[in-house]
Amino acid sequence: MKYLRKNDCIMLAFSVVLFAVLQVLITERVLSSFWQLNLLIIGINIILAASLNLINGYTGQFSLGHAGFMAVGAYVGVVLTANFHMPFAVALIAGGIAAGFLGFLVGIPTLRLRGDYLAIATLGLGEIIRIVIMNIQYVGGAAGFKGIPHHTTFAWVFFIMLFTLFFIKNFVNSNHGRACLAIRENEIAAESMGVNTTKYKVMAFTIGAAFAGVAGGLFAHCFYLISPASFTFMQTFNYLIMVVMGGLGSITGSIAGAFVVTFISAALASWPEFRMIIYAIALILLMFYRPQGLFGYMEITNMGIFRRIFKKGETPHE
Amino acid sequence: MNFGKKGLKLASVLMGTMLMGGVLAGCGSQADSNEIKVGANFEMTGNVANYGAATLDGLKLAIDEINDAGGVDGKKITLVTADNKSEASEAVNAATKLISDDKVSVLVGPAVTANVIAESQVATDNKVPIIAPDATSPDVTVENGKVKPFVFRSCFIDPQQGTVMAKFASENLKAKTAVIYVDNSTDYSKSLGKVFKEKFEAAGGKVLMEEAFLAKDQDFKATLTKLKTANADVIFVPAYYEEVGKIVKQARELGITAPILGTDGWDDSKVTDIAGAEALNNTYFSTHYSDKDESVKPFVEAFQKKYGHMPNVFAALGYDAGKMLADAIKRAGSADPEKIQKALEETKDLKVGTGTITMDKNHNPIKQAVILQNKDGDRVMVAKIMPEE
Amino acid sequence: MRPLTIWKELSMEVWHQVLQQLINGISLGSIYALIALGYTMIYGIIKLINFAHGDIYMVGAYIGFFAITQAHLSVVPALLISLVVTGFLGMLVERLAYKPLRHAPRISVLITAIGVSFFLEYTTMYFVSPTPRTFPAMFGDVAVTVGGIVINGQQMLILGITAVLMVILTYIVQKTKTGKAMRAASFDTETAELMGINSDRIISITFGIGSALAAVAGVLVGIYYNSIDPLMGIMPGLKAFVAAVLGGIGILPGAVVGGLILGVVEALVSGFISSTFRDAAAFAILILVLLVRPAGIFGKNTKEKV
Repeated sequence: MKYLRKNDCIMLAFSVVLFAVLQVLITERVLSSFWQLNLLIIGINIILAASLNLINGYTGQFSLGHAGFMAVGAYVGVVLTANFHMPFAVALIAGGIAAGFLGFLVGIPTLRLRGDYLAIATLGLGEIIRIVIMNIQYVGGAAGFKGIPHHTTFAWVFFIMLFTLFFIKNFVNSNHGRACLAIRENEIAAESMGVNTTKYKVMAFTIGAAFAGVAGGLFAHCFYLISPASFTFMQTFNYLIMVVMGGLGSITGSIAGAFVVTFISAALASWPEFRMIIYAIALILLMFYRPQGLFGYMEITNMGIFRRIFKKGETPHE
Repeated sequence: MNFGKKGLKLASVLMGTMLMGGVLAGCGSQADSNEIKVGANFEMTGNVANYGAATLDGLKLAIDEINDAGGVDGKKITLVTADNKSEASEAVNAATKLISDDKVSVLVGPAVTANVIAESQVATDNKVPIIAPDATSPDVTVENGKVKPFVFRSCFIDPQQGTVMAKFASENLKAKTAVIYVDNSTDYSKSLGKVFKEKFEAAGGKVLMEEAFLAKDQDFKATLTKLKTANADVIFVPAYYEEVGKIVKQARELGITAPILGTDGWDDSKVTDIAGAEALNNTYFSTHYSDKDESVKPFVEAFQKKYGHMPNVFAALGYDAGKMLADAIKRAGSADPEKIQKALEETKDLKVGTGTITMDKNHNPIKQAVILQNKDGDRVMVAKIMPEE
Repeated sequence: MRPLTIWKELSMEVWHQVLQQLINGISLGSIYALIALGYTMIYGIIKLINFAHGDIYMVGAYIGFFAITQAHLSVVPALLISLVVTGFLGMLVERLAYKPLRHAPRISVLITAIGVSFFLEYTTMYFVSPTPRTFPAMFGDVAVTVGGIVINGQQMLILGITAVLMVILTYIVQKTKTGKAMRAASFDTETAELMGINSDRIISITFGIGSALAAVAGVLVGIYYNSIDPLMGIMPGLKAFVAAVLGGIGILPGAVVGGLILGVVEALVSGFISSTFRDAAAFAILILVLLVRPAGIFGKNTKEKV
């Protein structure tokens, strides 16, 4: 336990420094508002990728409904802030709870399915959520919800992202998390060892959905308008790409994946004709050379270089 | 653990380069005094890329013509394009890039209403004017009864079109009953359906059925089979050409003979290609211009010369937007966004590709509308409606 | 509430409508079935959800389009050209993008498939522009009216060609040596290899056949709806995947039945409820079926061995 806490402290200190540096860059306007906006999007994508990783990477349940849960959080959030003038924090929490609750409800029946059957069922769920929202006139239907107050700031995104990452990391390292890992490695063996597989699968799914909801709330309050078109299954694919690119089952990987994907998309904005083609080729090549993703199962805190810097004298037992 | 080290090295190199790239990209693009930068924020990929691309074609033609004629006050107009992936959040992202990194003086686009509305917030915050070429919803320029100072458009608005068509149905076609078939995925179609219903019923008509489809649908037979049972005098389909072509074709295949009415989204030769000339007989739509009109000929010919095909309505409106912004920059006498905004507000009797426009107090151009009839593969103008002052 | 009132006034009119919707649904379903067959064959043999399959269908439609408009061919030669070229394209994609990843984690291959899908969509868009293209009208007004129900020329073409292809496919899979090898490889690739089957070759052939079927579907859709665009493959691709899973993924008759069910459900939902709920209904049916039969309609619920 002591080992973990020390790492936590180092990472926390590092995060605070990072936050300070970025915040200074923002307030001093070194970063243009385009890159400021993309910094927010990177943070939000990290939350989404990490929460999807909890379901797909750590628990091994192939879910493709993430954009749907994000949409629930986004719409609940904007209705509360724009129509009921609730504080932003309340809207985010409510969005998270709503998405988590929905995840819980649909998780119980669907998580009995395995592998690709679960994938298509959750993809279908995400699409159903989107189509239902599209048919609710109260939230603007297909044309979108207008007039969202701009609440999302870098500090909000950064600290919620930090909370998400630590929460997921601690969850994975807890007894519950071990149970989830056991399910990923071998569901039948886990069950015969007395792990209540349904319970843990639903638990991971609910937590993942709840964080997706919170991220949805943050996403919605970056923009003046959101529409169901922003939450299609293609969006889920985007998050899946981030997770796999970084490494399934690695939080460091999810961070890297979210960063790289968002960054490529923003950096290629000046070549709109080729943006998607270059992105596609980059994706295919990356999978050729690193099919396990950038980080595989590794975390930055387990890597040699990290130990060499922070724990001089200790030999890394790998 | 070899793999870990390698992974980390790779990742850190990657991130390092990217961060550098980001910072550099942030400081780039110094404004050149001999050019005026115009940002084009369009749907170049994604669901409605065809609308964005067509508008951009028209805009490019206008800018080329202006530059070939010596530019504005000796300065060339440079178009900086950005793709919004047909998505509202990306439209904000693209607009932010154009304003903050490329430092454009004025924005043109996007094509679709929702994306323009999303973008309008960024433009207002940064005080850069937008010209929306194709967004016909009233909400684009007015919000809660207040005009958005930095948002303009170069096309007429939905209520005008809906009213024109409802009047045409009840007065010219003597229709007593109608069915409405709208595209539920666009504001454009929904608001036109609403206006048509209101005005048609006010004129004593009756709307028997209202049905909806979604953009990119292929098969309309199921709903059309249902609409057929209503046996209405006219069918109103305010939608875009791709779906319209299929709807008309499939309606005729199912034996629906009633006149079908539409709006400017129909204005594309693709409708004829998809539906076939025969199926299109007995259909009418309102639009911005007739390509038979003498004053429109120069634009149509120039467009055909550059691209090898007839312009559609998106291209025409993109062209108008280009002319409008050049005129405003000229009158502003500077590349300063706020001066251009003032000049745009004062646009008056400006000749553009498809007619003459004067900006009203809600930043909507006062512009003519025409009603065209499809007849054996050709379009015949049946009415020209001048705006009411 | 419309469905309820309909059952109350169960008149001839309504039956006509139901039958007409069934015809519409079956034509649409045949298209789904053709795409779903490729999905299911590829899945059966390498357990890959080939998300690029819908885009192969789109490329097939474009090849057919150019064969008809540029080379002025008639329907059947255009279909054959598209079938052959797209078949080879499918094999090429497999060789370049999936074969190097034969032993990689399945999810990496899936991401590669998404990459291939983007690549096909946007390179096509780059070359042919996002503007939709229109097929010239064929079989102008051939339509048969049977008791008030209209079946037009294109619908007959779709049903006819689908039926012929099913027969050919059944023959290939059941009677030929290659078909036998395909079945063996999809049952157990390693054992099949031990029996002297060249699994790489079989996988390549499977991609070829699957892509060829999708190409035919693409050309038929072009003729049926008259318009094609570079992103036309996304939704039908997804629907075909749903159809394949509905029938039990990896099972050929399952894909056909799944496709037809999906087509009919969509037609009935758009006809009697609202087309805006059509896609939602398709997914809802899928989820309900999976909850009752977790491996699809024809899928065997194999107990996993420890």
